[in-house]
Amino acid sequence: MKALLLKDLLILRRSRLLVGVLVVYPIAIALLIGLAISRGPGKPKVAIVDETPPGQTVQVGSERVPVSRYAEQLFDQVQSVKVPTRSKAFGDVKSGKVLAAVVIPANVAARVGSGLKQAQLEVLYNGNALEQSLVQSQIEAALAQANIGFSEQIQRAASQAIGALLSGRNLGVLGAPDLIGLGQIPGELHGIVARMAPGGDRAALERVESFARFASQNLNLAKNVLSTIGQPIHVKTTLISGRRTPLNTFAVVVAVSVSLMFVCVLLASGGVALEREEHTLARLVRGLVSRSALLAEKALLAAGCSLVLALAMLAGIAAFVALDWSRFGLWLAALALGAAGFAALGVAIGALAREVRAASLLAFLLSLPLAFLALVPSGAVGGGVYDAIGVVSFVFPFKAALQALDAAVNGASPSIGLPLVHLAVLTLVFGALARAGLRQAD
Amino acid sequence: MEGPRPTAVAEPVLSVSGLAKRYGEREALRDVSFDVHPGELVAVVGPNGAGKTTLLSIIAGAQSASAGSVSGPAVAGGAGQIGWAPQQPALYSKLTVRENLRLFARLEEVLDADAAVAQMLEQTGLGERADERVQSLSGGNRQRVNVALGLLADPHVLALDEPSSALDPGQRARLWDFVGALAAHGTSVLFSTHHLGEVRRYATRAIVLADGELLFDGAPAELVARGGATDDDFEGAFVAFLGARGH
Repeated sequence: MKALLLKDLLILRRSRLLVGVLVVYPIAIALLIGLAISRGPGKPKVAIVDETPPGQTVQVGSERVPVSRYAEQLFDQVQSVKVPTRSKAFGDVKSGKVLAAVVIPANVAARVGSGLKQAQLEVLYNGNALEQSLVQSQIEAALAQANIGFSEQIQRAASQAIGALLSGRNLGVLGAPDLIGLGQIPGELHGIVARMAPGGDRAALERVESFARFASQNLNLAKNVLSTIGQPIHVKTTLISGRRTPLNTFAVVVAVSVSLMFVCVLLASGGVALEREEHTLARLVRGLVSRSALLAEKALLAAGCSLVLALAMLAGIAAFVALDWSRFGLWLAALALGAAGFAALGVAIGALAREVRAASLLAFLLSLPLAFLALVPSGAVGGGVYDAIGVVSFVFPFKAALQALDAAVNGASPSIGLPLVHLAVLTLVFGALARAGLRQAD
Repeated sequence: MEGPRPTAVAEPVLSVSGLAKRYGEREALRDVSFDVHPGELVAVVGPNGAGKTTLLSIIAGAQSASAGSVSGPAVAGGAGQIGWAPQQPALYSKLTVRENLRLFARLEEVLDADAAVAQMLEQTGLGERADERVQSLSGGNRQRVNVALGLLADPHVLALDEPSSALDPGQRARLWDFVGALAAHGTSVLFSTHHLGEVRRYATRAIVLADGELLFDGAPAELVARGGATDDDFEGAFVAFLGARGH
């Protein structure tokens, strides 16, 4: 086996283009996936046309809220580009300079202040169905956030107005008496009624006192109700099990797992297929090397090379993302078993294919969807489809390798034991498939 | 090489007995039996699909038989005692001639691998091209390396599957000189071919296969007689022989 291993290393050394592609391609793919996962979509670039007159306010009781606050809230949610007119905004959207445009009409203050009609904004966007869907959801989210912020300010103003109604107010005019609050009236009236003779006006005043107490209590309640209108339900999140995995370190795990898979599967499948392509397989297995030993040698070479690459990637990434080096033993176990699983899959592919190009194509066709399927979150697709994805992910080693490495690097759930056992079983299964595929030597 | 040699009378170095091979429903070989003696040059001929490659690869140990056996001193000596040159040169194209020879010498556990490599390079006349990668060699030179790999362990029996198919007439003549010299030193050679002139010229015995069945085992001259042709028309005799048997 040693002679074969040295021979394959020599062939690899002489296939510089192949080695270059095998190293660069998975790293490029891995980095793209990592970036896509770790960085959420940026703020959309949106043109904002504010047609409201400067200084315009919404009157809430005795309080006033500047309409410009709404635009400010919106500016916070998007990458805003102030545009003077609707027609200019229309042109910018059409030319693709901005993703969308929001027109805040001049009558916003009047409509909000009327309490009868909702204010209405105009949103302009463009693009194909995918872009429309993306822009629409981003703009809706941004407008929802801006709405919440603005409504909180309206609520605060309304709450202050109610507070003044209940507690009274200093008019700020020298010598003028303070305005009495509704909450003070029942007490004042009670004192006056107590000093009055029974009958006549006293009975009428007692009814006024009862009304004032009732109104004061309900107005106080309305103030509390107002604070819950803006965000009636507060969300509290609880992670059922495992440690929370930061998105950036999960991206590292995905990137390394993808690289490990590509290099390992491609090398293992190519190595076995090369023996067929060069017609050397039959010469080897006629008593010089057993089929099992030949497969083990190819798997060992592929697993070893991909393991070195994966460790180098982790070491390189550790310069930018904080990784816990005290867990290195677990990393090694996860990478080794993952590489074993991928190598077994690779030799099985190589045993089925009769030439290197076919083996490489088959390896790509199989590996790429496996990586994406393993990353599909539950709820993103229908229940039946998710179950089918689960089965596919279960019978191939990518998801188990991803779970093992996530557990090793991030201490994520499930714990590392189960995925390692899963990978060991898959290694045996694919190894047996490869052995069966190689029975027909040439 | 000059005319055919008389068949040796020593104990067989290889005995094929009741050999059969099935691929699913198809029978590639049916109850094939014959012996090979030291120094014999045995030609295996037959139409396409007759089972020639299957027979040689089973003898070489590259395939297993469905029934029957291959036995004798050559088999008992291990894989290295039956040299094999498959129809398609089985070489690593990114390795040099020397690296290919050295690798297989080690895999065949040849005691002095470097000496065996040097000897093969000399015998095949590839010494000057020893450090060239196989991918840069012509078809003829690849075939020479292919045959050299089969000879590394100094085998008792050499199985050559259509060894001259990719060669020009000059290369073919050199190949048969080389093979004839091996036989003269006691190596038994089994070769398959579609060049019937080579059978007439070089083989001491001919085995005719058709549809996996052994139809003839004897001297080429006898096959000519059975085919009812003149001595000069071996090909005509062969075709007539097969035609008389429904092939």
